[in-house]
Amino acid sequence: MGMFDGIAGFGVTFSTMFKKVVTEEYPLVKKVTAPRYHGRHQLNRHPDGLEKCVGCELCAWACPADAIYVEGGDNTPEARFSPGERYGAIYQINYLRCIGCGLCIEACPTRSLTMTNEYELADDDRQDLIYTKDMLLAPLLPGMEQPPHPMRLGDDEQDYYVQGPEMAKRGLEQAGEHDLDTDNRAGANALPGAALVGKAPEDQR
Amino acid sequence: MTQAPEQEAPPVPEGHVRLTIDGRTVDAPKGEILIRTCERLGIVVPRFCDHPLLEPAGACRQCLVEVEMGGRPMPKPQASCTMTVADGMVVKTQVTSAVADKAQQGVMELLLINHPLDCPICDKGGECPLQNQAMSSGRAESRFHEHKRTFEKPLPISDEVLLDRERCVLCQRCTRFSDQIAGDPFIELLERGAHQQIGTEETAWGAGEEFQSYFSGNTIQICPVGALTSASYRFRSRPFDLVSTPGQCEHCASGCSTRRDWRRGGVTRVLAGEEPTVNEEWLCDKGRFAFRYPASPQRVLQPMVREDGVLTPVPWVDALERAATLLAGARDGRGEPRTGEDGEELAPKRGVGVLPGGRLTVEDAYAYAKFARLALHTNDVDQRARAHSDEELDFLAGHVAGVAPSHVSYAHLEAARTVLCVAFDPEEESPIVFLRLRKAARHGTRVVHVGSWTTPAVVKTGGHLLAAVPGEEPAALADLPDDLAAALAAPGAVVLVGERAAEVPGLLTAVSELGARTGARIAWVPRRAGERGGVDAGALPTLLPGARRVDDADAREAVAAVWGVPSLPAAPGRDLTAMLTAARDGELAGLVLGGVELADLPDPDLARAALAEADVVISLEQVLSEVTEHADVVLPVAPAVNRSGTYRNWEGRDRPFATTIDPGQGGSGRVGGTAAVTLPDCRVLDSLAVEMDVDLFTQTPQAAAAELAELGTVAVTPSTPATRPSSPDVSDGTRLTSDDSSGPPLTGRVRLATWRQLIDGGALLAEETDLPGTARPPRLRVAAGTAERLGLVAGEPARLGDTLDLVVELADLPADVVWAPSHVPVPGGVVTLAGLGLGHGDLVDVAAPVAAAVAPVVAHGEPQ
Repeated sequence: MGMFDGIAGFGVTFSTMFKKVVTEEYPLVKKVTAPRYHGRHQLNRHPDGLEKCVGCELCAWACPADAIYVEGGDNTPEARFSPGERYGAIYQINYLRCIGCGLCIEACPTRSLTMTNEYELADDDRQDLIYTKDMLLAPLLPGMEQPPHPMRLGDDEQDYYVQGPEMAKRGLEQAGEHDLDTDNRAGANALPGAALVGKAPEDQR
Repeated sequence: MTQAPEQEAPPVPEGHVRLTIDGRTVDAPKGEILIRTCERLGIVVPRFCDHPLLEPAGACRQCLVEVEMGGRPMPKPQASCTMTVADGMVVKTQVTSAVADKAQQGVMELLLINHPLDCPICDKGGECPLQNQAMSSGRAESRFHEHKRTFEKPLPISDEVLLDRERCVLCQRCTRFSDQIAGDPFIELLERGAHQQIGTEETAWGAGEEFQSYFSGNTIQICPVGALTSASYRFRSRPFDLVSTPGQCEHCASGCSTRRDWRRGGVTRVLAGEEPTVNEEWLCDKGRFAFRYPASPQRVLQPMVREDGVLTPVPWVDALERAATLLAGARDGRGEPRTGEDGEELAPKRGVGVLPGGRLTVEDAYAYAKFARLALHTNDVDQRARAHSDEELDFLAGHVAGVAPSHVSYAHLEAARTVLCVAFDPEEESPIVFLRLRKAARHGTRVVHVGSWTTPAVVKTGGHLLAAVPGEEPAALADLPDDLAAALAAPGAVVLVGERAAEVPGLLTAVSELGARTGARIAWVPRRAGERGGVDAGALPTLLPGARRVDDADAREAVAAVWGVPSLPAAPGRDLTAMLTAARDGELAGLVLGGVELADLPDPDLARAALAEADVVISLEQVLSEVTEHADVVLPVAPAVNRSGTYRNWEGRDRPFATTIDPGQGGSGRVGGTAAVTLPDCRVLDSLAVEMDVDLFTQTPQAAAAELAELGTVAVTPSTPATRPSSPDVSDGTRLTSDDSSGPPLTGRVRLATWRQLIDGGALLAEETDLPGTARPPRLRVAAGTAERLGLVAGEPARLGDTLDLVVELADLPADVVWAPSHVPVPGGVVTLAGLGLGHGDLVDVAAPVAAAVAPVVAHGEPQ
């Protein structure tokens, strides 16, 4: 038995004292996620506030966990929610089921469904974890108007899709860059159409 | 490897040819279309325009294959959907031929030139032949970079069908269907070349006749792209999240197979099922679009008992106990002793009558029949919620009960040389029978209608009308033209008689005599889905289950033995009118009613008085109705989608169906936000009988069906004169009294012909908003001469009776005869001619309305 035996047992303890701490100070300090982290979904809007979702249910089809429920609806001249004929009348995502795989946002043909970086998806009530359309829709930014309202940016849905990138840019300039970061809740993809700016529909053809 | 010894090829069968497809030798019947032969070999050639029930068109060119005839290859690929097989033909499909494959890819590229890329919002997306075949036979890249052709969309063809011309590939399935099958030319090919498009008269000229077809929904189903879509299903869901369950149509006695697509406890659409022996692949618009009634806010979901005059929801146990106590008391006459008008004491009311209604499954009708006999000790059970007569009971016993489809079936109609329709407008009363008659007529069958005017059904089945004044149809049948009588005497001739024959005294006897005289086979085609099964199940006052007569002691004994009771009531029961009269007059203490609409009855006012007077009224209903207003106990029963059972169609063919949406499975049976577990009628009656210490053993439709099968059917040979009814006494007929039929009609008094139209505001159409738009508008039809005499003008309203205003339309009726539909939809309900005291063959007043003293009931041209 050597004289240092009593201290040797503390070897791990002492060596750890001089290493970087791995403790997360959550919830006092929020974790910053990777930019493409798969967080809570968001249903984006066109620059005039109309919804991009056309209720096609491809997200629900793509979902391997059967977490999404969609029902389409008919836009009428009196009540228009999206450009074109069809909109998503009912939209629900069940976060008890969602595995965050992101197949739904890949399936979305209009870039309506995207994912934010928000990860705080826990609750003590199962019912509250079924997010409905009003909870998932992107917040209204300046220049946007709560649907239903007529198409403000074109005569038909073609105008929205073909001129979408330009309209989104103009929307950005009008809104001012600082507006991008005001909505913490919605995270990095707060601005609808932001995802679209870099990738025009022409590129997708 | 040893070579198998070469075998001598077997000889080509008679009437066949031998050809080679993709290297395989095949024998095909002469005249078969190449694409069918490929199908039989399991080779799928892509196609859009080809449909087995439509004539070949060769419109889409997608089915190109390489063909070699007599050793010489044809210069270009050929369309396999228009080419018939020939001996020695060598065919190479896209499976073995690069030329055919390239040709098909080229055609697909062409078809997609103008097809929009809107699959995500298209209702056809996910079940679209164009989508599928673009993947299987198309190229990923298109060489077309110009602008696609655009049209205004969608174009409403009718209230039910929407046309999106951008998506159309001009296969002409829809136009061929409307021309060849339905006979309602409502859409056509317009324009030429690159401008060619499907359109209506309205799109072509800016205005046109309003289009009505009872079969327009079929074009939606056969459209191979999303060009024709359903207004009621529009954007409701995607094919891949629907559960498809086979079902049976509950709307009429045609017995169509359907496919019900449902989601979240509700049916989203109904499609025609494939049933070659019955409906082929077609379905009428009523069967296709009328499915929302189970979601009615008027649905009864809980048993209710009347407390202090108000229906109050109670648990099943309490409701059944209450109903059983009331029924037992009424049955045994334990009510209060009555006092007569002169103050003398009368015997208390006694007995309970059963009115099951005509919409039941065979099992339910059997449960009602058994319930009446065992629990209520009576034969007072009559399912006929419509005009009826004793003569009809004899006819049903002699010609209908227990008759199998081998007597007359759809196949017989198609094969017959001559079909005579008596008191039966097939298009209005049994649309699929109409389609088959039209198919037969197109192939040479002579379809003759005994009726009062050339209805659309008469026109579309060859135009043979044997005009008869309403009420005098028996005389017309007795005195048929010689050539028609001779044609009916030929083998295979069929006489179809409708349920409204009971309205004309002597008509059913005349039909029986015609059958005996000519040897033509007689078939009875009722309107409602349950009528035919009810006849076999014994839901009639003179018939026991299995075509046994109540007045036959041996038959009673046989049934009693199976039912395990010593005896059955021997006295024939009362019919519906007699029961209601007895109830009104205070002789009958109680009534048990199934799905009966008072407005459908021959005398609605009598029914209302009877229900008000009866001590005990038990109602088994799906929705709150006029009957439940009078009911002491309301017991909810399940609609067809929430239960299983069997309908028996007019042929006598069993059409079994399984539960579509099981209300017991979690929340999937939710209706209107309430978990609704409703039970079939037979189960409810079984439980009710148990409370009355009687066992019906009809807990499930399966148990009831098994017992009915055990009872069997007594041998029936319907065309043998010995089993025909003796000539019934028709002198009690109320329609033709002596002063009615003698002398020339008084001014303004004319004879009325009437029957019901297919879509006329019936109870099962309650929740439909789009369907009434395609209904035929109710019109008063009259001959030009009569109209002139009465001072009526075509297109202007005329007043029928005292209150009903209908727009006049000229037709080829006999002189001094008018026709009006029996049910006239008006805002907020229906007006029935029976409710106005008018029936087929009656004399009525018709005049141009003058400033009215009575507030008129105006029937709208387009019912709401």
